[in-house]
Amino acid sequence: MKPSIFGYKAPVTLADAISILASDPDAVVLAGGQTLLPAMNFRAANPSLLVDIQHVDGLRGIDVGADHIVVKAMTRHREFELNADVARVNPLIAEVMQHVAHIPIRHRGTVVGSLCHADPSAEMPLLLVLLGGSVIAQGPSGPREIAAENFFQSFLTTARSQDEIIVEARFPLLPSGAGWAFDEVTRRHGDYAIAGVGCILARDGEGRTSGVRLAACGIADRPVRLRSAETILNGTMLGASDLDAAVAASAAAVTQPDDINVSKSYRRRALGTLIRRTVATAARRAHPAGTAS
Amino acid sequence: MTRMMKPAEPDRSADAQVEVELTVNGEAVRRNVSVRMLLSDFLRHELGLTGTHVGCEHGVCGCCTVLIDGKPGRSCLTLAVQANGYHVRTIESVASADGTLHPVQQAFKECHGLQCGYCTPGMVMNIVGRFDEPQPLDLTDDGIRELLSGNLCRCTGYLNIIAAVRRAAELLGRT
Repeated sequence: MKPSIFGYKAPVTLADAISILASDPDAVVLAGGQTLLPAMNFRAANPSLLVDIQHVDGLRGIDVGADHIVVKAMTRHREFELNADVARVNPLIAEVMQHVAHIPIRHRGTVVGSLCHADPSAEMPLLLVLLGGSVIAQGPSGPREIAAENFFQSFLTTARSQDEIIVEARFPLLPSGAGWAFDEVTRRHGDYAIAGVGCILARDGEGRTSGVRLAACGIADRPVRLRSAETILNGTMLGASDLDAAVAASAAAVTQPDDINVSKSYRRRALGTLIRRTVATAARRAHPAGTAS
Repeated sequence: MTRMMKPAEPDRSADAQVEVELTVNGEAVRRNVSVRMLLSDFLRHELGLTGTHVGCEHGVCGCCTVLIDGKPGRSCLTLAVQANGYHVRTIESVASADGTLHPVQQAFKECHGLQCGYCTPGMVMNIVGRFDEPQPLDLTDDGIRELLSGNLCRCTGYLNIIAAVRRAAELLGRT
């Protein structure tokens, strides 16, 4: 199918892009287009105007800083996945990226575009929530930083205003020595997740766990932190009863109703399996701070 | 009988036109097209490059995969105007001018990696694009299946395509 009629602008400055966006309530930002264009081909999305930001100055590239990795708006998934500096400071990212669609889609789709689309089953929003990252929204009155957990508000809904462009996302580095893992359940490789879980944790010399972070996608109307499970696992040796308790405490986080593929109870079981799997993998990869892995 | 009123007709189309200029298979091309023209339609209808096949038009089947600035991408999920200024390569550029097949095409031929051939141009462009990346290839069955996961084939059952990827790696010295 083909998209219906729309207007098209390709500004080269951010100020122009924002003023075009502010001038038309039905205008939509076009970055990689890997979600927007299929939606337009289906005529599920019918924007009046596309604001193509690929030529806007200063929206490309990845900067690895002391605290976080800055991913600019036009950075493609595949760039994020293969960047050697990113892999060095946060190996979790490459593990997550390999689950995002397929290589040709990852070459075109953008990380920030995926965040703005805010599909609750998608991996990028989960990653930002898990790491406690943020985005920078630039509007007519200047930039503002929005924390990940405030940014994702509901199904396909974010805190971004119509006249704002998310110019960058900030993904924190992994704490030194922390273990990490991501895994998901899908019907086919590259599909949106039925459920996905990411885990970060630290262990001391005796194997006692601290700093547990767990987040899941696919189970609610947005990516969610599994805080009850985190609290249960912190300070433990990750014994079988600790994991059982963490899994049981996470069941209530599954709020997605039954759908054409899976029931709510299936999702709960998948979530439990993924919590066990990712905690075990992260624990294996963790090493006490200051020691070699 | 009352005279029928002729409805007011717009004097021009609301479908905005734009000039695009890009390089396709090494040749500079310039056309005035509708902004909603997909790159796949641009290649096929404007340039007559019908080797790029169109299957699903929503990014699932992979038939329309071409190289956009050297990287495999869906031409059905790219507007022609988005490719303005880019270098695009299609299946027509893969074999040599004298007809000698590219090693990936040769491997498909040797391994019977195609039957009806509809998915083949997208398969070949995706694989060629991956072979052009410097990252080491994962030539295990799982690794090759992951590489091919964005291309659907409804004939072969994939086993011969997996064999063709492995054979292409041999021919290209990438094992």
